Amino acid sequence: MSVFMLLVVIAVLALVGFVIGRQRALASAAGNIKEMHSLPVYYGWHGALMVIVPSLLALTLWLLIQPLVIERQLVSYFPPEVLESSAARTLAMADVRRVAEGLDIAIAQGAMTEVQADMVRTEFGSVRDRLAEVGVALGAEVTPQVLAAAQDYRELAVIGGIGRSILTFLVALGGLIYAIRITNKDFRARNRVEQVIMALLSLSSTVAILTTVGIVLSLVGESLRFFTMYPWQDFFFSLTWSPNFQGGSDLGLAPLLWGTIYISFVSIIVAAPIGLFSAIYLAEYASPRVRSVVKPAIEVIAGIPTVVFGLFALVTLGPILRDWIAEPTGWGNSGSSVMTAGLVIGILNIPFVSSLADDVINAVPQAMRDGSYGIGATKSETIRLVILPAALPGIVGGMLLALSRAIGETMIVTMGAGAAAKLDLNPFEAMTTITVKIVSQLTGDTEFDSPETLVAFALGMTLFVLTLGLNVIALYIVRKYREQYE
Amino acid sequence: MSDASTNPSDVPHKSESLLVPSKLMRRRNAAETRYKAYGIAAIVISLATLGIMLFTIFSDGISAFSQATLRFPVTMDAATLDPKGNRDIAEMTKVTTIGYKKVLEKSLIDELNTRQVAVDGVSEKDIGAFISGDAPARLRDMVLADPSLIGQTIDFSAFATGRIDGYFKGRVTMETAKLDSNISPEQLQLADKMTEAGILDVRFNPKFFTNPDASDTRPESSGLGVAIIGTLYMMALVVVLSLPLGVAAAIYLDEFAPQNRFTDLIEVNISNLAAVPSIVFGILGLAIFINFGGLPQSSSLVGALVLTLMALPTIIIATRASLRAVPPSIRTAALGVGASKVQMVFHHVLPLAMPGILTGTILSLATSLGETGPLLLIGMEAFVVNYPSGPLSGGVMEPATALPVQVYAWAARSDPAFVERASGAIIVLLAFLLVMNIVAIILRRRFERRW
Repeated sequence: MSVFMLLVVIAVLALVGFVIGRQRALASAAGNIKEMHSLPVYYGWHGALMVIVPSLLALTLWLLIQPLVIERQLVSYFPPEVLESSAARTLAMADVRRVAEGLDIAIAQGAMTEVQADMVRTEFGSVRDRLAEVGVALGAEVTPQVLAAAQDYRELAVIGGIGRSILTFLVALGGLIYAIRITNKDFRARNRVEQVIMALLSLSSTVAILTTVGIVLSLVGESLRFFTMYPWQDFFFSLTWSPNFQGGSDLGLAPLLWGTIYISFVSIIVAAPIGLFSAIYLAEYASPRVRSVVKPAIEVIAGIPTVVFGLFALVTLGPILRDWIAEPTGWGNSGSSVMTAGLVIGILNIPFVSSLADDVINAVPQAMRDGSYGIGATKSETIRLVILPAALPGIVGGMLLALSRAIGETMIVTMGAGAAAKLDLNPFEAMTTITVKIVSQLTGDTEFDSPETLVAFALGMTLFVLTLGLNVIALYIVRKYREQYE
Repeated sequence: MSDASTNPSDVPHKSESLLVPSKLMRRRNAAETRYKAYGIAAIVISLATLGIMLFTIFSDGISAFSQATLRFPVTMDAATLDPKGNRDIAEMTKVTTIGYKKVLEKSLIDELNTRQVAVDGVSEKDIGAFISGDAPARLRDMVLADPSLIGQTIDFSAFATGRIDGYFKGRVTMETAKLDSNISPEQLQLADKMTEAGILDVRFNPKFFTNPDASDTRPESSGLGVAIIGTLYMMALVVVLSLPLGVAAAIYLDEFAPQNRFTDLIEVNISNLAAVPSIVFGILGLAIFINFGGLPQSSSLVGALVLTLMALPTIIIATRASLRAVPPSIRTAALGVGASKVQMVFHHVLPLAMPGILTGTILSLATSLGETGPLLLIGMEAFVVNYPSGPLSGGVMEPATALPVQVYAWAARSDPAFVERASGAIIVLLAFLLVMNIVAIILRRRFERRW
């Protein structure tokens, strides 16, 4: 029985539990709701929950444990050298799984019978060719061990599937029977249901923590693996980046970090004045009507996907900068450059800077403005001498947040900055960033046992630490400022 | 006589008239105008850039929705398509698309000959090059589905190749054709004559929405079918996963959670996750869901899981804001008439907060709709030609692409025809976003309450 069918069965049983639970409670009170501890619907929910919660738990546990158990059973098929490293072991298991899937597909298409799939041996001909006929492409010829393991895998998977169905069904049925037996008019159904709801609520609030743990674990784990293959001194202090999948590559962080910082710097140069001045205008000069039109219009920029900005950089802005500025002045001849990516990220960040600056400017107490006007200052003098100094920490915090977003931006730099890792000062030169290299090292057919691939995790770690640090500093500054006026 | 010059009180006064602005006053007023001008300039620059960007995308992309199409009668030559003449499907499948290509080319050449459309220096091979590579495959499918077509003459419409299409859209000109090995100026002249004869015209192309991606050499037959299905699968899954989880987490944190270290930890986590670069979520998806969890690469399920984790912090924050907007009087009134705390939340607070929650959810969904970077890492930029199967038969586990990823994939190809396609895909993407935002605005307008 497939997992989907099991879920349907659980749902049906839950419905039965709901109806019977409600009926039983009503019957035991002879239809008089006042005699019952809880409202009838709670007895129904209790019946349904007693079916759903334990059976789903059992099903999930089974789904998690079954592959581990099967892998352990198949260990005897693999030579000891495969078992030594976890990477080789994962690969071998993947092979087994692929062959087993291939046999499944062959049976589904009628190219083999169930018995043939169990009997097929490498001695009688190429299994790879037979599977290729049904559209399953295998990288290499199937070894007898892998084939035998795959056949065992299928058997175990079938047994596991039956066991899974029986266990889930029994647990669901047990829950149903338990709910029916316990239900009578004095049973405190509402309290029980509310306890379960509370447990579910608090469980879902831990997802945020689990995500962070997942991020940190995946980054740290794979980064450590990377540093066992590649010396960390070279990663942090080498000045060249030239990955080579044949081995002997230089994986220095410096050129990528430089590109990232340079592009983010250009973007801040664009976003900071434009965002700040539009915020000042909207907060201090604009009439409410202008404000109600212009503010949402600027925020439209923030709603446009970054890949659109990327395409704009690639096909419009890049060639314009190259043909009008870089080539006439002889600074470069590449459409993708630090300038292209920096300008576009700057545009992307305008609404971000503008709305953050708007918030802090509006948070400056009106009394300070009135005081300034009262002693005869003009609006611009009030802005320059009173409002901006008062809002400065918040504005700086906002800039740091914008900087952190520019550092983590991926699509615009992937499409607009180029792929050459260089340490150069010329802004019309193509450079590359940490995020570009994460994408390029991890896309395509990659195997997770070479430093060239794993370096992406170390880069991700660097990026994570960098942006997190900037955010913490920014939030600290913003919060410290807010305490002054409230 | 006058002694004005000797009177000390007549020496010109230092202070000037209030009606004539002094030098200082003029400077201060200039500064005032300058500040205002800076502000207006900043706004104009940002809105103008937005306008230019949207304009270039639309002017590049709008032509992706139409397509140069050839229409001509095709004579199904039985000798080529069914050499044995017994209409046996198994034997007819042995005729590959090359056989069908010959049939199409011959029919087109015959049609041109009968209509007397010709240009000197265009060989029969050049005429054959007008027909898109996907037309023979389509004709083959038609014939295999209905073998009785063999021997008949049917009206068939086939896409013209990308260069011919580009000629009608201004991408290819006589000058570029001279330098291009794929097309010659004579072929373009023939294309003009064919248009006059009514064989070739540019028409609306619904296949752009339904066709799967196509290879580098035939941009004309590439479409968004797989990407739209993948995007819809992902969005549906993201809603199903993130809305209950996010709302439940927000309710717990706002209404029930005790004030302790653990809750603080959750809060810090949520605000930090909202600021983690999206690409890091892609790494998480690759390491946890694909490498550790063994879920299939490029599948919409993994994509949806990654986007769910990204959307959760935003949904939680939006939900908490709308829960807090429900006034405490509602809560105390509910508790006062004997509701339990859970009843109070689920019967009173949550329904009142629902419009705000839905608005926040739709907006965060719109953000994840345009997300590209993390999807690249989990393999969704792959070249997928097969439509994923239905949602009930495991379609979410099969390879698919998404709209923004398709934009990226097309933008990375060398043929300029794909820039048009990428811009067209962006128009579709922006249309999706527009609809979602309008729904969110309507929800907010219609149901928002001020207490």
